[in-house]
Amino acid sequence: MSTATPSAPSNKLGLTKQDYVGSKSTLCAGCGHDSITGQIINAAFEMSIEGHRVAKFSGIGCSSKTPAYFLNQGWGFNGVHGRMPALATGACLANRTLINIGVSGDGDSMSIGTGQFVHAIRRNIPMIYIIEDNGVYGLTKGQFSATADKGSHLKSGAVNELPPIDPCTLAIELGCGFVARSFSGNPKQLNAILKAAFAYEGTAVIDVISPCVTFNNHDASTRSYKHVKDHDFPLHDLGFIQYSEVEEVDIAAGQTEVVTFPDGSKVAIKAIHEGYDPRDRFTAVKAIHESMQKGEFLTGLLYINPENPPLPEVLNLVDEPLATLPQATVKPGPGVLADIMESLK
Amino acid sequence: MTASLASPAVTGGAKTRINDFSIQVATVNGSGSQTANTVLLRAIFQMGVLVSGKNLFPSNIAGLPTWFTIRASAKGYVARKATNEMLILMNPETAKEDIAKADAGALVIYDEPLQLDKLRGELTYFPVPFQKLVTASCPEPKLHKLVKNMIYVGVAARLLGVDMAEVKKAIAKQLKGKAKAVELNQTAAVAGYDWAMENLPDQDHIKVVRDHKTEGLIIVDGNEACALGALFAGVTVVGWYPITPASSLVETFIEYAEEHRKDPKTGKSTVAIVQMEDELASAGVVLAAGWAGARSMTTTAGPGISLMSEFIGLGYYTECPGVFFNVQRTGPSTGLPTRTQQADIEMCAKASHGDTLHINLYPGNMEECFQFSYDAFDLAERFQTPIFVMTDLDLGMQNWSSKPFAYPDKPYDRGKVLDRKQLAEIQDWGRYQDVDGDGLCYRTLPGTPGGKGSYFTRGSGHNDHALYSEKPEDYVAVVDRLRKKYETAKSYVPKPVFRNLGSAKGILAFGSSDPAVIEAQDMLAEGGLNTDYLRLRALPFTAEVDAFVKEKQVIYVVEQNRDGQMTNLLREFYPGHATKFKSVLHYNGLALDAQTIIDQIHGFEQK
Repeated sequence: MSTATPSAPSNKLGLTKQDYVGSKSTLCAGCGHDSITGQIINAAFEMSIEGHRVAKFSGIGCSSKTPAYFLNQGWGFNGVHGRMPALATGACLANRTLINIGVSGDGDSMSIGTGQFVHAIRRNIPMIYIIEDNGVYGLTKGQFSATADKGSHLKSGAVNELPPIDPCTLAIELGCGFVARSFSGNPKQLNAILKAAFAYEGTAVIDVISPCVTFNNHDASTRSYKHVKDHDFPLHDLGFIQYSEVEEVDIAAGQTEVVTFPDGSKVAIKAIHEGYDPRDRFTAVKAIHESMQKGEFLTGLLYINPENPPLPEVLNLVDEPLATLPQATVKPGPGVLADIMESLK
Repeated sequence: MTASLASPAVTGGAKTRINDFSIQVATVNGSGSQTANTVLLRAIFQMGVLVSGKNLFPSNIAGLPTWFTIRASAKGYVARKATNEMLILMNPETAKEDIAKADAGALVIYDEPLQLDKLRGELTYFPVPFQKLVTASCPEPKLHKLVKNMIYVGVAARLLGVDMAEVKKAIAKQLKGKAKAVELNQTAAVAGYDWAMENLPDQDHIKVVRDHKTEGLIIVDGNEACALGALFAGVTVVGWYPITPASSLVETFIEYAEEHRKDPKTGKSTVAIVQMEDELASAGVVLAAGWAGARSMTTTAGPGISLMSEFIGLGYYTECPGVFFNVQRTGPSTGLPTRTQQADIEMCAKASHGDTLHINLYPGNMEECFQFSYDAFDLAERFQTPIFVMTDLDLGMQNWSSKPFAYPDKPYDRGKVLDRKQLAEIQDWGRYQDVDGDGLCYRTLPGTPGGKGSYFTRGSGHNDHALYSEKPEDYVAVVDRLRKKYETAKSYVPKPVFRNLGSAKGILAFGSSDPAVIEAQDMLAEGGLNTDYLRLRALPFTAEVDAFVKEKQVIYVVEQNRDGQMTNLLREFYPGHATKFKSVLHYNGLALDAQTIIDQIHGFEQK
């Protein structure tokens, strides 16, 4: 299956990183989104994700093109603007064994698709929900999005006078059990967050600040690469430990906190930000607001509650995929119809 | 004239109408009158007489006027009849207007204090002291409002000659399992009957006489029939959003699924039902579930289809299966949400932007609501596209008598799906390759192991390998193949049914118009005008429709909308015959009646 050289490292499935790539990106050279794509490939490879179980969803926009650029072994569905969550919802109900990755943008999720974002979280759809957040509509050539900071300038000189919507505090408010923010220029942190997100069973929201090198990378933009690099305040050093590796890893004591997932995987969190408890949504929201007031991007695993049951569990669905249940299971027999007809006489 | 004890029997002078009349009951919405009206309908049905019921209700929870009409027909005509032989007036708000609109000679049962008998001659009045009777028969004051309606059932039963044993049986059936309510309502009905027997004269305008026309028949509404079709079709994912008049379709399905779609060992569900945040999301769930291999559906009405249209185009272009039930109501916009129409015909024929053509099914009765709902899932998977099942409020929410539904023995058609083994044997698989030349391609389901078969579904331009493409020839190849699929569908969709009296003049109708058309066709024939009637049951138009259009000199297209939407489609698909089509239209929100059709056809004939 592998097309790489024999020397390329392989994972537990015997696959190399080459088995996790997709088509060639058609985004602008230097686009932050391509870095995120690279980390999805790395994380899936390192987690030994079975490619055929992956379903990739997206809406419309630059970000929504990216599912074509990773995990060719998985099935992709590039839908309509702002409606990616509904597609993931339908697919996760049809086949609960799929591993769902949704890629959206700030335009896709915080304007036209805000309702779908909100309700996907409310239902706890089993999916990694990545927002590739550049504060701008790239594909239509540089209009403000709803995550643009107040006072930020467009290339044309136009100033954004409206306050931004923050996907992370919104997600925490809605009861999301996995809320993270990262920066496309911090691959190490993003990698750890993505791996933890693969282990999480419900909706894992990851807002990745990803500067648009073409339309929003000038000095007066708060989403330029330089500005974000200068204002990125990581919460903690994250280490993700997959279940089967637990025995081999020594978790440092002291300041390091460990959050365990239902499958046994663990995230080791070494706090940098004093007094921050990612399992307490109230202090999490407070810390995010405080950092926003200072103009900082607080990044890391902002909030985690691994016990949140995903929708197929709430609906008490059978364990096997509904899609392939045989006729004998889903079609009631003639006796059932006869009884119903009798009751209507 | 007010009937009184002094006159032994009220005689209209004309021949008594045996099992051939309409009753209209005027009440207040939310007063529990629906139960009473259904009991009266059911009691007549149990007498062996074919009946149909039409509930004309407001878009309101309680307090606004509502009317219910019951039609009995010895000849088996079940369409709405424009004239009523009996009125039961319980609503002070509308009583005066109801009297003014009443057909001459009608019998009027009313609440005595309203003193309606002073308003107009030409009618026969039967005043009833409802409050007095209800106080005497029901010990609990808080139940008086509900029980009051059952008294008029008793009074009407007496005047019509309906057996009280049948009324009691109907009450027990309607309030199944609620022993106290059954007793209370039976007592009230009997009180009304007994009082009428002692205090009101008999009448011989209209009578119910025991017959045998309903033996073995069921009473059901179209939403329940469709829900049962979906149940037996093995639907596995339902994404929906509440809307009148479609909600009860899913709600009935939920009740049946509770009982019949649980794993007997684990109690776990074999169907996922999710009330979504809106119709857009419902459509997305349906298509992605279909994409992932589930049998999926949603239920909605016109406003919902408007909202779903972007997704419907995605489903058409990316070729995802899904069943969309449209229980049509009166548009445009919010329109009359609780009234019926067939005004989404053109929208659903071509829903979404760009060139789109969809398969539509038009059930015309309860058996077809059941069977077409079952078939729709086969068609969706065979054609990998959204399928519309087009009913309306009249079919969906009204009571209809029907033959019991036959068990659908035909095994499911899951369409062209490649599994791991089949994929392993194929060298070059392309998602949108027309291997068989019928426009229908082979698909794979996400999660299929083996390292082959994955593809990228996109609503943007693509080639036959599902790769992004803006090449003119790739684009044209895909949309031309989609058109070929539509042609292939002609040999799969339900063919029309005919009722031919031998004529070069045709009638073409569909859906809930059927009963009124049959009645109109008979009455036209009695007047010397024979017609051949084609009842259309699907889009695309099939070969049988082609032949009918070519053969007839004139075709009256009967439909329930203002613009002649089906006529427009016929003119588009049969441009050489465009002048043959004459639109017979009805669009005031009420169910279609035969006289409307007759009057308009006579109008054309006299030109």
